[in-house]
Amino acid sequence: MNTEQLYQEVILDHYRRPKNFGTVEKANATFKDSNPSCGDIIEMTFLIDKQNIIQDIKFTGKGCAISTASASMLTQHLKGKPLNTLTSLTKQDLLDMLGVELSGIRMKCALLSLKVAKMAAYNYLGEQPHDDFE
Amino acid sequence: MAINPISIRKDFPILKRKIHNKQLVYLDSAASSEKPLIVIKTIEEFYKQHYANVHRGLHTLSDEATTLYEDARKRIAMFINADVKETIFVRNATEGINLVARSFVASRVKKGDVILLTEMEHHANIVPWHMLSQAKGVKLQFIPVTKEGILDLKKAETYLSKKPAFFSFTSISNVLGTINPAKELIKLAHKYHVPVLVDACQSVPHRTTDVKDLDCDFLVFSSHKMCGPSGIGILYGKKHHLESMTPFLGGGDMIKDVRYSGFTPNDLPWKFEAGTPNIEGAVGLGAAVDYLSKVGMNEIEEHIHTITSYALTHLKKIKKLVIYGPSNSKLRGGLISFNLGDIHSHDLTTILDEEGVAIRSGHHCAQPIVDKLNVPSVARMSFYLYTTKQDIDRAIKALHKAKRIFKL
Repeated sequence: MNTEQLYQEVILDHYRRPKNFGTVEKANATFKDSNPSCGDIIEMTFLIDKQNIIQDIKFTGKGCAISTASASMLTQHLKGKPLNTLTSLTKQDLLDMLGVELSGIRMKCALLSLKVAKMAAYNYLGEQPHDDFE
Repeated sequence: MAINPISIRKDFPILKRKIHNKQLVYLDSAASSEKPLIVIKTIEEFYKQHYANVHRGLHTLSDEATTLYEDARKRIAMFINADVKETIFVRNATEGINLVARSFVASRVKKGDVILLTEMEHHANIVPWHMLSQAKGVKLQFIPVTKEGILDLKKAETYLSKKPAFFSFTSISNVLGTINPAKELIKLAHKYHVPVLVDACQSVPHRTTDVKDLDCDFLVFSSHKMCGPSGIGILYGKKHHLESMTPFLGGGDMIKDVRYSGFTPNDLPWKFEAGTPNIEGAVGLGAAVDYLSKVGMNEIEEHIHTITSYALTHLKKIKKLVIYGPSNSKLRGGLISFNLGDIHSHDLTTILDEEGVAIRSGHHCAQPIVDKLNVPSVARMSFYLYTTKQDIDRAIKALHKAKRIFKL
């Protein structure tokens, strides 16, 4: 996939006008992480109800087009869904959502939001993370 | 005489490489430089013909390896006008700074003492001092950087006049490209009896370095940024300081004798070289120093200035491109950090890479100064003796492609 295909309209749109950008008030699950090799940072806040439905989800942070679009699309996908939609989401699911192919180092950009979201979920559920985030 | 980068390029085999089917344009030498064939061959030859441990055996190979290792030290010492006893092999500049923080500064400070740094330091010249702060309760103070990207020299004098316990600064900022007035700063520090370390990683590869003329107490640099192998670097220290210091790491080679009841440290410079060193690294750095000297450090400096000025002129013509650091190219070393519109530097790097152009992106291991610029990250192109104007033209063309893709 060349860069013209990578930076397609939809990715640029999510980068420039990200969905769910901000912080959920009265959040009951949150996680923040960074990618030390490049400096991307993402924090996600969730409001999860008693039936484990994600009532609200938002993110803040700084990152490249890929990492921002990934967080934007992921939050859009998860809003209103049960938590297990998130915990069962795979790397490939996320890449399919983004509609791009990524290699090595840029893969980390896309996966940071998934890692942050899942860690928030596992912490909320009191479970040990069982994903390989690398 | 001005150097001819076209003939210089023939010395660097990797520059023939194609990246994504395009001729490589390597603009990341500030992170690590490429290696000339003579350095590669010297290391190969050392392994094939002379390899053995150093300072340990009486057999021929050990004698040859020791001679080559110590001979490299002599030439490296000469390259910076230091005494051989003042020229310590370390892993890299980072290790050199840690060594000085632990073995020199730590025993001389008490809680509340100040370590003076600048706002434009690399993590290597911040984190060891944060660690000292945790261990000893010292405070860190930072000389501010002005909007122009240069050090506020008035503030420098104000802070130095309060006699901090130690002063450590970079000779050239790896983000802003600013050349700091090292000699003037050292003189100022010594006026107030403050010992000084210079992080010379970005300047030793690019210009003549004379530690006696600078009069610095310590100076560190890494081999891999100056055509040498990675995993080796130099700590220079004034002899009387090095003699007064306790060893950093303990082990073989750094001792005169060892008893069940204790040990006696070795003489300089081996006192700070515990364990089997990076022998081929030292030999390789020796070859790199010979190579750079043969090309000529003044010629290299001049070439880098020419390329930097050319790049600045052409980058300034690109609309929506913001350049960080001094606008006057005379105040700059061989690197330019920038951002293009709202394109994140990672995305820019990906697009340039597709065109065969290698640049760096991110916070460049100098997060505080990038934060101060109030941007999430910056892109950086950096130059060396093999950089041509055609390289810059290729990078500029790729930047226009990025603008097109991002619809800027």
